[in-house]
Amino acid sequence: MKMTRMAAALAVTMVAAAPAIAESLHFPMLNYRTGPFGPNGMAFADGYQDYLTLINERDGGIGGVPIRYTECETAYNTERGVECYQGIRGDNPLIVQPLSTGITYQLIPRTMEDRVPMHSMGYGRTSAVNGEVFNWTFNYPGTYWDGASVIINYLLEENDGSLDGKKIVLVYHNSAYGREPIPTLTRLSERLGYEFIPIAVDSPGQEQRSQWLQIRRERPDYVLMWGWGVMNPTAIQEAANIRFPMNNFIGVWWSGSEQDVRPAGEGAHGYRSLAMHGTGRDYPIYDDMQQYVIDAGLYAGTGDEVGTVLYSRGLYAAMLAVEAARTAQEIHGVGVITPAMMRDGMANLVITEERMAELGLPGFGPAFEVSCQNHGGSGEAMIQEWDAHNQEWNLITEWIAPDRELIMEMVMEDSLAYAAENDITPQCLERSGG
Amino acid sequence: MIYREAGDFKTSYAADNQTFPIRGDRVAYYLVIAFAFLVVPFFINDYWANSIVLPFLIYAIAALGLNILIGYCGQLSLGSGAFMAVGAYATFKLTVAFPGMSIVFVILLAGLVTAAVGVLFGLPSLRIKGFYLAVATLAAQFFLIWLFTQQPWFYNNSPTGMISMPTREFLGYPVTGARASAVSMYLFCLMFAVALAWLARNLTRGTMGRKWMAIRDMDIAAEIIGVNPMLAKLSAFAVSSFFIGVAGALLFGVYLGAVEAGEAFGIDKSFLILFMVIIGGLGSILGSFLGAAFLIVGPVLLKLLLVNQLGWPSDLAAHLEIMIVGALILVVLILEPHGMTALWRTIKEKLRLWPFPH
Amino acid sequence: MPETLLFAMEAAINGLAAGVMYALVALGFVLIFKASGIFNFSQGVMALFAALTLVGLQTGQIPFSHLINAIFGTRMHHFGFTLPTFVAIAGTVLVMIAFAWLVERLIFRHLVNQEPIILFMATIGLAYFLEGLGDIMWGAEVKRLDVGLPQGMSGPIDDLTFAWFGYGFFVDSLEIWAAAIAGLLVITLVIFSQYTKQGRALRAVADDHQAALSVGISLRFIWVLVWSLAGIVALVAGIMWGAKSGVQFSLSLIALKALPVLILGGFTSIPGAIIGGLIIGVGEKLFDFLLGPIVGSATENWFAYMLALVFLLFRPQGLFGEKIIERV
Repeated sequence: MKMTRMAAALAVTMVAAAPAIAESLHFPMLNYRTGPFGPNGMAFADGYQDYLTLINERDGGIGGVPIRYTECETAYNTERGVECYQGIRGDNPLIVQPLSTGITYQLIPRTMEDRVPMHSMGYGRTSAVNGEVFNWTFNYPGTYWDGASVIINYLLEENDGSLDGKKIVLVYHNSAYGREPIPTLTRLSERLGYEFIPIAVDSPGQEQRSQWLQIRRERPDYVLMWGWGVMNPTAIQEAANIRFPMNNFIGVWWSGSEQDVRPAGEGAHGYRSLAMHGTGRDYPIYDDMQQYVIDAGLYAGTGDEVGTVLYSRGLYAAMLAVEAARTAQEIHGVGVITPAMMRDGMANLVITEERMAELGLPGFGPAFEVSCQNHGGSGEAMIQEWDAHNQEWNLITEWIAPDRELIMEMVMEDSLAYAAENDITPQCLERSGG
Repeated sequence: MIYREAGDFKTSYAADNQTFPIRGDRVAYYLVIAFAFLVVPFFINDYWANSIVLPFLIYAIAALGLNILIGYCGQLSLGSGAFMAVGAYATFKLTVAFPGMSIVFVILLAGLVTAAVGVLFGLPSLRIKGFYLAVATLAAQFFLIWLFTQQPWFYNNSPTGMISMPTREFLGYPVTGARASAVSMYLFCLMFAVALAWLARNLTRGTMGRKWMAIRDMDIAAEIIGVNPMLAKLSAFAVSSFFIGVAGALLFGVYLGAVEAGEAFGIDKSFLILFMVIIGGLGSILGSFLGAAFLIVGPVLLKLLLVNQLGWPSDLAAHLEIMIVGALILVVLILEPHGMTALWRTIKEKLRLWPFPH
Repeated sequence: MPETLLFAMEAAINGLAAGVMYALVALGFVLIFKASGIFNFSQGVMALFAALTLVGLQTGQIPFSHLINAIFGTRMHHFGFTLPTFVAIAGTVLVMIAFAWLVERLIFRHLVNQEPIILFMATIGLAYFLEGLGDIMWGAEVKRLDVGLPQGMSGPIDDLTFAWFGYGFFVDSLEIWAAAIAGLLVITLVIFSQYTKQGRALRAVADDHQAALSVGISLRFIWVLVWSLAGIVALVAGIMWGAKSGVQFSLSLIALKALPVLILGGFTSIPGAIIGGLIIGVGEKLFDFLLGPIVGSATENWFAYMLALVFLLFRPQGLFGEKIIERV
């Protein structure tokens, strides 16, 4: 009897799993709140969701059409990511954000085939910058290669234009993600004459003593880090342990959140990282956020993450997605847009200083334009520094531009090789009809 | 009523020894095969193929392989994830090196490569047993994954260390790469699953299988009655690794299309396959399929129920899922140490007597 | 002294320190295996669970708040009080004892007389269950664990070695503390098993179940006792590892570092766990130092296993394990 009832409940579930067709804009999110990287995914997803909630509550959606938000747990696992994608692809997903470089690689051919736009913001396949090959993949406002180049440009500035004879170590997460910056840094080392030593840390990376002993022996001038999850706090702790000067330790944007520096306490003071956007609650948008989302009790998760770095990143990703949807609505003159229309919106997205100020986020991210040839935005980033006494991140530079010439050269090589392997004729996509 | 032994007379040894001695079973088996090959392809949609049926078939092959090793030969292995990786990387290297080679041949070759690696890492089993062996197979797990992520030769120096599968055709239809349709991928995997299940069934009931079982039940005693433990154990490792390698090749080539060893073939995968074998039933072909079905379909259904139906946060559902899988393993071990096949057997017994149980 | 030798010495000393950390986890395995023949795979998750409980009690988190909030639509997270460290540790010990009792009552009582492999698999199931439970109970975010232990480079050792060799060795003070605490733990365990009634009973059970039963020792009580002890050892390991890199999911993976230690030291020997830990720690750090630049970095994950494997081929019962005698 019990079994029958269970079966009936499951049958209902299966039927209900069929897409709910309504006048809404579907923004699915593939995120992770469990597993070794759960703590990072959680903050990002909270920010993403809170921004969409704010748009729904305050403006009644985008152009009057409410947003429908769904979440699918991937646990940072590619197979689950594929399953999640299969689950949402029939449901008019306007934009797929996988939040994992591995899953992004999986989904690039699939989204191309299904004609669903994907946004891998600051992660994923760098050569997707070439929109002629990767019509459906976007990675604005910056890529890993941009990030690596920005750090090197920053160091160049600090060293009066020369890194000759300097020693730079890269501590990286031993995965597709961590290996991304190596080609850029190697090429730059040939050009600029610094010695480059990559050191791998196996996932998850809570045991890094030998790596840091090696760093201690090598006595590098600078240490860069491409880490994620528990690898970040451990590395910062170890760096503090060997008394490596924190000012010379610079992480990518995924290695610079509160969760990474807090466990090391005072020792993390002065640690630097890239910042592709601002952080903290000092932006006007948080007045509305407080009123419509937080006080109304509609916030995602525990609400502890509001204003943190990764929360801000989620918020930024949501903001860019909403702006792209708005652009798509303007281009096509309709409220309920399709994924193909959304792609047009993303491919013609223009973010200006004024627009960000209007949105209550003045100076939050770089101003950039997306075009068919450039899906990667401007690639600019700032450097932020952790202040352990006041427990906050401070921006210490203005926007720093990467060496786009070199990066575009590498992007062309890689993307054209991909196009050749997969029989793609590079070309810009026509706007979808309507 | 329908399920009867009465009137089903055997007139030859062959008939007596066949896989399904009862006519009802036989008919059901042929019906299932016919249904899978002739009916399902017309109804299967992308969601079902990609999130349930394909992984089910692939993991069933892997579970079959591990079941041969653990269930039939009694050698506990925690290295299945790495052996799948061997299959995947062999497929990648072979397809890229010989673009003209038929994909079926490539996958079988990848299986053979895995079998060779499996024998290599099975060598310690000649000297060590039980938990010690389990931990020794973990050496294979960690070492092989390190090899695939750290030595650029294996991933052809791709900057990210990921390998991706080019499009390959079988009988004129693409079965790998993004252009492959759900139906062709499904039929391709089904073909392998059925062929390998048939192979496993016939191996395990033949001389080889009997030797394995003798080793499992008591290796010293088996040695005394004339079973060569070295040949028996190593052949179990070879056959098991072959199956697992084919599963890895299909998982990479057909299902995922692009993988990275550390992430796709980590220790979690070894445990997942082990759980399939335990929950399905040790030493049973059907059990491997049941276990795979249970652990692939279960979480998806649970997620649909909790997240889509009850509107719970997805993380809560994921935590609950881990808890439920863990609890289920405990429940299965306590109530029915022989897994779901034992349940099936009980049902069959009941059915035979129904409707007159006394 | 040549520089390379100094560096190698530094790596070796750090290896010793790391080895102590591995040994802390391995100890818990040995305790349970000795008394009940169960190879407890969930030891790592127990460490995570204990550390989560400790932080949860310290900061006054409401258990299962996430689940309650999801079902009833409430918004509660904290009780609003914090507990002093010692009270929280005592509370966690109680929780671990309750856990041990439950494990015996609900699981292993029903699995008596099963094959060791089945018991092993049951503990894998337990590990998964406990991992989900820990996350649901206390939340999955990274938590900072502070029990007041010092951390960072140890000044005296740096000064001393600098005075001797002209190169200051790096040793983490947390690991010095860990070594001291591990030593204390082993001494306490030895005293407990040698000089108390329960300890003697424990040893009797480890020696011969049947004989112990026949002289009136309650097997069930002993099982609860060893699981409690293992829980306490897990708590200590969880505190040490948690102080190092925060309390979160990855903590449970330390079990994987302890397995080769066990193989090397033998499943039944407490000194074996310590010495095995030290050998593995020193071995992997030296290997990475000497051969890492040649074969590629991040060798630590597999080196310990390979060492254990090679070792097993020569001594299948481990360094200090009892000789395996097989009868037909």
